[in-house]
Amino acid sequence: MNLDSKIPEGPLSEKWSSHKFNMKLVNPSNRRKYSVIVVGSGLAGGSAAASLAEQGYNVSCFCYQDSPRRAHSIAAQGGINASKNYQNDGDSVYRLFYDTVKGGDYRAREANVYRLSEVSSDIIDQCAANGVPFAREYGGLLANRSFGGAQVSRTFYARGQTGQQLLLGAYSALSKQIGLGKVKMFNRHEMLDLVKVDGHAKGIIVRNMATGELTRHASDAVVLATGGYGNVFFLSTNAQGCNVTAAYRAHKRGAGMANPCYTQIHPTCIPVHGDKQSKLTLMSESLRNDGRIWTPKDAEVAAKIRKGETDPNSVAEDDRDYFLERKYPSFGNLAPRDISSRAAKEACDEGRGVASTGLGVFLDFRDAIKRDGQNTIKERYGNLFDMYQCITGDNPYETPMMIFPAVHYTMGGLWVDYNLESTIPGMFVGGEANFSDHGANRLGASALMQGLSDGYFVLPYTVGNYLGKQGVADAGKVTTEHPAFAEAEANVKARTDKLLSIGGTESPRSFHKRLGHIIWEQCGMARSKEGLEGAIKDLQALRKEFWTNLRVVGDADGINPELERAGRVADFIEFGELMCRDALMREESCGGHFRVEHQTEDGEALRDDENFAFAGVWEYKGDDIEPQLHKESLIYENVELATRSYK
Amino acid sequence: MEKTMDLTLKVWRQKSANSTGTFETYGVKDVSEGSSFLEMLDTLSEDLVEKGKEPVAFDHDCREGICGSCSMTINGIPHGPEKATTACQLHMRHFHDGQTITIEPWRAKPFPVIKDLVVDRSPFDRIIQSGGFITSRAGSAVDANAIPISKATADYAMDAAACIGCGACVAACPNASAMLFTGAKVSHMNSLPQGKAEKDRRTLAMVATMDGEGFGGCTNVGECEAACPKSISLDMIAHLNRDYATAQIKNFFKPVA
Repeated sequence: MNLDSKIPEGPLSEKWSSHKFNMKLVNPSNRRKYSVIVVGSGLAGGSAAASLAEQGYNVSCFCYQDSPRRAHSIAAQGGINASKNYQNDGDSVYRLFYDTVKGGDYRAREANVYRLSEVSSDIIDQCAANGVPFAREYGGLLANRSFGGAQVSRTFYARGQTGQQLLLGAYSALSKQIGLGKVKMFNRHEMLDLVKVDGHAKGIIVRNMATGELTRHASDAVVLATGGYGNVFFLSTNAQGCNVTAAYRAHKRGAGMANPCYTQIHPTCIPVHGDKQSKLTLMSESLRNDGRIWTPKDAEVAAKIRKGETDPNSVAEDDRDYFLERKYPSFGNLAPRDISSRAAKEACDEGRGVASTGLGVFLDFRDAIKRDGQNTIKERYGNLFDMYQCITGDNPYETPMMIFPAVHYTMGGLWVDYNLESTIPGMFVGGEANFSDHGANRLGASALMQGLSDGYFVLPYTVGNYLGKQGVADAGKVTTEHPAFAEAEANVKARTDKLLSIGGTESPRSFHKRLGHIIWEQCGMARSKEGLEGAIKDLQALRKEFWTNLRVVGDADGINPELERAGRVADFIEFGELMCRDALMREESCGGHFRVEHQTEDGEALRDDENFAFAGVWEYKGDDIEPQLHKESLIYENVELATRSYK
Repeated sequence: MEKTMDLTLKVWRQKSANSTGTFETYGVKDVSEGSSFLEMLDTLSEDLVEKGKEPVAFDHDCREGICGSCSMTINGIPHGPEKATTACQLHMRHFHDGQTITIEPWRAKPFPVIKDLVVDRSPFDRIIQSGGFITSRAGSAVDANAIPISKATADYAMDAAACIGCGACVAACPNASAMLFTGAKVSHMNSLPQGKAEKDRRTLAMVATMDGEGFGGCTNVGECEAACPKSISLDMIAHLNRDYATAQIKNFFKPVA
């Protein structure tokens, strides 16, 4: 597996400009001869499809939702970072770069992160021009806030719906191109296989989820922007349809999968309420600016709160453990996501958790309301408090909120080089689906930035470069008549038929829940060698059971949510095993990956830069053959590796 | 412990776009009051699968009230009885033990039923494709602070842009009008300085597409605003009418597109 990162020569700050100059261009009148497939219509996919079409390429875009406007980028709340330094508070391209590399616990590629930081300003300009109604000051200039513990105010936002507004901006640009006929949009279609011809990605096989029809689509290049794999945990903040299938199918066709064990657990989600729950809801991290996180010091008091015998407000100050303030006095309740999540888990493991399940901690606004008055708190967080009350039925102005960590984002993904090209030539990967920019932990308000950076400002150049290199004589040469398409289609059909014909007794949802349980327990916030080895065995057994005892009702000829879920769960089970292998291989703790064997005396993550400063890239070898590990060394020429400390 | 309830559901079942649908009655037991409405439907689905029957198909995705996928009329009201709440954010504590709940798809001619509770809302996409954008090629933008926008304007644009495109307004309207949806997008873009250049063209094109898709006209009933999970105001329809009248007059003297 060739892991040449293709990082351009030269100083960090000149790499992207010199690379843009050195890239091959395609003559504007020749661009219409090429076609590009974009899978996914979120921030990365939507903006890439629109931008490539603006340049003149023929684009086909696919999404599983009934409209490209519904991609899960829409659910991001907080904001988008950019190194504009509009607040004159010391921000710069270099600082955003530095913060991102450090926040990622030194497991991201320097050159990619620098480029991300460099184009971040252009993203804000582009979105404002697109009509994104960013928050403004009275003077008409853009407003900023500090977010996720950053020491500068670099986050742009549109109320609590930044993701929605950015996505609708990309969707409107995409819609314009659809209206012009430059993008052909396929709603309610899911990609079920990648087609390779002579080693290059030349098309995909999709299923029309409304009619059940399988169709072949050929192109000169393929872009996957299919999001993250958080739903491997069953319960996550992801949308119900988010899945790993497109990425995993590409992995099976030869694309390296990098760092799958890097998953982010977000500390401020609403706790689980029962076994019928389908998803977890995130409460914006901004709540931690004023809320104080605590549990009772005494497990017995916690037990009484769980049973409803004790009112949390009646717990005396001395009997409360504000554990983040105690353990991390300088950052307190604003400690980074991975650290806060683990601390909450520890408190619950000690039997001090609240909520009916014992898996919850308090986020208490009592002191903030006393200090600033209820009106001020309402102005700041009114919509979030309403949302909390809508879901839980509790009034957070009177009773402390309860929160618990939940899976929120996945940093790992398909390996890509500096051009965002995977190990399969001609297949590019953007957004959360790639592994590129966040290392082992993502900072708040950086996901939107990366999706739009990839889609608006990176892929339109690098895909063009690839097409230019292929030469115009080859444009559109591969058609769906090529035998590789027939082979891939037959492969998809056989699998669908198999899923429908097992005739067992257990539903796809039930398997999904069992999968999620294994992954959450053994490959969640704390991982151990023993646990991971057990999980791999359990997942192999689960896979066997799945393929012998699955029951999928209905048929393949139309909308069939059971069949859709079955196909996704099948891939998630295999992918979960890969995650565990990756976590087992990585004998260190870094970012979202915490191995209990590798911690300091006071329980902090212990990185091993000497042996693990690499991206772990897995090559698929066959269904029952162990995948092969490849390593891309991470070389830090600009940033000095240091221990993250938030004490 | 959370309270649970037993319910009777009357659910619209329809095999495909071309078949005739009918209400089927099902019972669901032990629904916890903390569950969302869609989780209650998940429970029904699992029960049906258990019996080897096909579960109820319905659109849903984010389950946090922002993607606009969920689209069902609950006891006669799009998204159900709670104000400013999508079906996915509607919780079962608003229902009571022993209640009968009727669930049906959006009922509007431009949104044909594809299966059970799933309808085809692609006319909304086509309205946007005809003009619901501000043309700015990637790479062509000026500095975001080069064009100041007053806070009031930005807030107004945001109020309009909060639309999630779910289609409840159409389902609630006796005329199946899409004026609130179209008005929200027109108001959002026409109010911003960046959107002025294409204002007249946009307004005429979007209204023409809206009419062409078979949506009815607005007769100021106001059901759309009441059903809207994002509380989009009727003012957006007034804004659309105003901009449409201006654009038509201008177009009469000198074509705007």
